[in-house]
Amino acid sequence: MKEVQTNELQKLLNSFANKDVYIHLETTNGAYATHFDEKVFNAGAFIRNAKIRYELAKIIDDTPHRVGLKMEHGWVYAQGITHYELDEHGRLLMAGLDYTGKLAVALEISETPFSY
Amino acid sequence: MTLQPQRQILVVFPHPDDEAFSSAGTIRLYRNMGVPVTYACLTLGEMGRNLGNPPFATRESLPEIRRKELKEACEFMGIDDLRMMGLRDKTVEFEDDEKMVKLVTDLIDELNPSLIITFYPGYAVHPDHEATARAVIEAVRRIKPEDRPTVYACAFANNTVAEIGEPTVLIDVSSVKQDKVKALQAHASQTAWMIQESTKRVDEGRPMSDSWLHYEKFYQYEFED
Repeated sequence: MKEVQTNELQKLLNSFANKDVYIHLETTNGAYATHFDEKVFNAGAFIRNAKIRYELAKIIDDTPHRVGLKMEHGWVYAQGITHYELDEHGRLLMAGLDYTGKLAVALEISETPFSY
Repeated sequence: MTLQPQRQILVVFPHPDDEAFSSAGTIRLYRNMGVPVTYACLTLGEMGRNLGNPPFATRESLPEIRRKELKEACEFMGIDDLRMMGLRDKTVEFEDDEKMVKLVTDLIDELNPSLIITFYPGYAVHPDHEATARAVIEAVRRIKPEDRPTVYACAFANNTVAEIGEPTVLIDVSSVKQDKVKALQAHASQTAWMIQESTKRVDEGRPMSDSWLHYEKFYQYEFED
């Protein structure tokens, strides 16, 4: 993955529009967050291989970036995106890596299901 | 304390590196004595957060990296029977409870272990650790008391010592410290933050940290019938 280049990532997001796609969306502050700091309220969410279709995708040129996908009946968005790549399987992998290199958020889009 | 003789050991943890951190030295000592060790590793740590910045991996490439690391770590520990059980990181607690017990029961029936090493339910911090511990304890609880294997359970929640006292099994692994270090280093994608967090625990004077490369500490699990 490389650091977000807004124009290039916008083009890649556009390339998946109006297609049935599988998404992986994840936010986390780590399973150990409360163990190391009892004041942390540990919350996160995870969805993998949900099939969606979006008509509009937009990346906001702010750092870290926000990415929103508009669907017929709703929305998907992720905030904190810093890195991305189109992997060898043609999947668009986006991630938000914090200052220590730990994943804080991930949004991935693929025309084929992700592994288990 | 001296190592208790064992016929067969079964190690059950959910994530590649759980074994290296908690029991690599103990495993290596038993392997040096010729005791067979089977390691059932339930997931590939697919949800590991450390991808680096700049990143060395993606959410999708991490499992293969960790599979290779796990195999390498097993070489340093002398484990030649590694079972990768195919569950997904962070989802173990959501699996059907009976399926999880059966997974452990099947391993016990096949291997007839005299010792099982796993986590201590209620004091294992990570939801996958807790789910693994619950399944193992329940599987062993269902065995007739006289036939049950010994269970060494790892506990490291902050309230552990206050609630269940000091570990009852203290194993001096100084003589195989280098093997433990190599096993930890084999889990390279995880080692950086582990060592960082361990250092933090040392700095804060927390249990299971100050001498973690010289001693491995377990609770021999007591079953209530």
